[in-house]
Amino acid sequence: MNTVFQTSPSPHIRTNDTITSIMWCVVISLIPALFFSIYNFGFIVLKPVSIAIVTAVIVELVILAIRKKELSTVLDGSAVLTGLLLAFNIPPDVPWWLPMIGSFVAIAVAKQAFGGIGYNIFNPALIGRAFLLAAWPVEMTTWQLNGVTGATPLGIFKEKGMDTLISKFANHSDMIWKLFYGEVGGCIGETSALLLLLGAGFLLYKKIITWHIPFSYIGTLFVFGWFFSGKGILNGDPWFYILSGGVFLGAFFMVTDMVTSPLTKKGKLIFGFGCGLLTFLIRKFGAYPEGVSYSILIMNAFTPIIDRYIVQKKFGSK
Amino acid sequence: MFDIDVKRKYTFNGGIHPHLDGKLVLPKKFIQLPLPDKVRIPLLQHIGGTAKPLVKVGDTVKTGQPIGEASGFVSAFIHSTISGKVTALKKLPVSVMKYGLCAEITSDGQDDKFWVHEKVDDWTKLDKETIKNRIFSAGIVGMGGAGFPTHVKLTPGDTKKIEFIIINGVECEPYLDADRDIMCTNPDKVIQGLQMVMSAIGCECGFIGIEKDKPDAISIIGDKLKDVRNIKLVPLEVKYPQGAEKQLIYSISKREIPQGALPMDVGALVINAATSTAIFEAVTENKPLIERSMTIAGNCLNESVNIRTRIGTIISSVINHLGGFKVQPAKAIMGGPMMGETLFSLDLPVTKTTSGLIFLAEEETNRYQMKPCIRCGRCVDICPAGISPAQIGQAVEFNNLQLAESLGIFNCIKCGCCSYVCPAKRELVQLIKLGEQQIKKNRGK
Repeated sequence: MNTVFQTSPSPHIRTNDTITSIMWCVVISLIPALFFSIYNFGFIVLKPVSIAIVTAVIVELVILAIRKKELSTVLDGSAVLTGLLLAFNIPPDVPWWLPMIGSFVAIAVAKQAFGGIGYNIFNPALIGRAFLLAAWPVEMTTWQLNGVTGATPLGIFKEKGMDTLISKFANHSDMIWKLFYGEVGGCIGETSALLLLLGAGFLLYKKIITWHIPFSYIGTLFVFGWFFSGKGILNGDPWFYILSGGVFLGAFFMVTDMVTSPLTKKGKLIFGFGCGLLTFLIRKFGAYPEGVSYSILIMNAFTPIIDRYIVQKKFGSK
Repeated sequence: MFDIDVKRKYTFNGGIHPHLDGKLVLPKKFIQLPLPDKVRIPLLQHIGGTAKPLVKVGDTVKTGQPIGEASGFVSAFIHSTISGKVTALKKLPVSVMKYGLCAEITSDGQDDKFWVHEKVDDWTKLDKETIKNRIFSAGIVGMGGAGFPTHVKLTPGDTKKIEFIIINGVECEPYLDADRDIMCTNPDKVIQGLQMVMSAIGCECGFIGIEKDKPDAISIIGDKLKDVRNIKLVPLEVKYPQGAEKQLIYSISKREIPQGALPMDVGALVINAATSTAIFEAVTENKPLIERSMTIAGNCLNESVNIRTRIGTIISSVINHLGGFKVQPAKAIMGGPMMGETLFSLDLPVTKTTSGLIFLAEEETNRYQMKPCIRCGRCVDICPAGISPAQIGQAVEFNNLQLAESLGIFNCIKCGCCSYVCPAKRELVQLIKLGEQQIKKNRGK
């Protein structure tokens, strides 16, 4: 019995969850929305999606090699997720090089330049999208649905008002229903609130995301949309406001990005509120019809300060 | 003073439910180990000063004879746990990576008792000082793991008033089961031990806290407490670390102990169930603390058991008695899986504070590479101390000790919940311990 045993610091049991399992769970939760996208826009969407994912993985590998990091890190799924989310945030009918450049910016500039997974300040996929939108505004805002090019519901609402928008549908409830299940124009992954909710339910069940950020984000938008998006006060259409654009994609898959959102529950509520408020302000007063991605990027910058000052009560302190 | 409402949930904020995965089975059997041939008794088995040796090599000692004298107020007596000859008095391996002054005693097989078996029929006639003295000279220390000398707890000073005393019937950690066993087999000793402490410090309010996953202990103790007016049973929610002193006091009384303060600062006193039976035996029989119960668990063993053995028994001889290992374990843990320390060898003695031994096979040990924090916030959600292990861990990693201190590094109770939940497998507790050490070192300069 002179065996020498392994020594290690406590605790000696660990949860089965790993970064890898979390990232792949998020990827899986996005699959239903991807299937709907194929149904809505056709198999054409698979081109930007696969280009974005493959580019993200290759860029991650090359930079890991340059930084002399372990190459197996790429298997953690975070690069695949970034590529997928970037593709979800661009229009379906884009030139092939657009998702490629977007993924490159997302991984090389927004993620690896800051130190890789865990160290990025801004959501990589959204930085990729923001870069594309600034550099190629025409390509990034040309929408097609069933072969017909046209503006998104939010674009029509911004330019021509609610009445013109409703006239494009059978009636108001038809519009809300189509926005909910997703048969409208928009970015690849953002149109179907229903299937995004399905994926979000999976993430909530797996305890990968908590309700705090989506609740405060969508809740804030709902209230502001209801109060101020119409003529006068309390005349807006809150359901249209939260179902249009990228709100559900943002609320459950982008604002909740662990690395770039606050740690505490209270901080998460504040963060979601800030994103909601900024989304509203951009939609109402900004030049763009949609403000989800910029609002999240701006709030990402506030995450460190929220974490510095919004801390939980220490046990035993007054 | 507090009414116990059975419908209320007695619990604290944070904490985890460690997955057991059927990995380890709880003991079903109790084994009284025979007298060991040889014991190695460390002269420091408690918090405080090392006991002063009272014997030399070659001396003959009896079971229960003091071999070490308390070297100050915060220290404790050490007794021989068998009768025989002192064969060594030198520094020997005592625990993880540590050597300490030990007395090695070889048994003569007689087990002659040193103490006078003075049977006290009615201990309530004893005065306070006698009770305290007997506890002191029996060398009783907290047997839950910390090893704080019990007589020190019973002397809170004039300024502090103890308002209630809690018997900790919660196992400190998952997999450990010895305290449940004690409460089921010796409920009277546990309860009377508590009554002795209550009368020794003149306190009229006692609680026995037991987690709800031990229904047998709850029903046995509850039965015995039916006619006892001033002791109440508190069924506690099942959660780790329910057995941590601060969390237990909070669960029952909603009083929070500030960082750096002691239970007595909020009028509380906590005594482990095993310690309570030791107090009972010390007061009524004059019996010193020479043996203890513990859990030996692991799938590497033929079966998991609760055992009772003399303090100082060498662990390898315990395992030999139990029939050795079925599978060669890769890890041997003294204590529980959350806070226990790994042993490099089994040539180490059982001490007053050894609450369990756990053996893990190669496939049960988790070896992970530490990854960067992905800021998921799980450690913040479950931290019973209400601090942010993620941020403190990073601060220590980047050597920003000032930030670590301002984030409350010293509030940490080292329960290990943060490391348990971390998906990036960060050694958060380890980083916090390291940070605390460095801060203390810098202060010393």
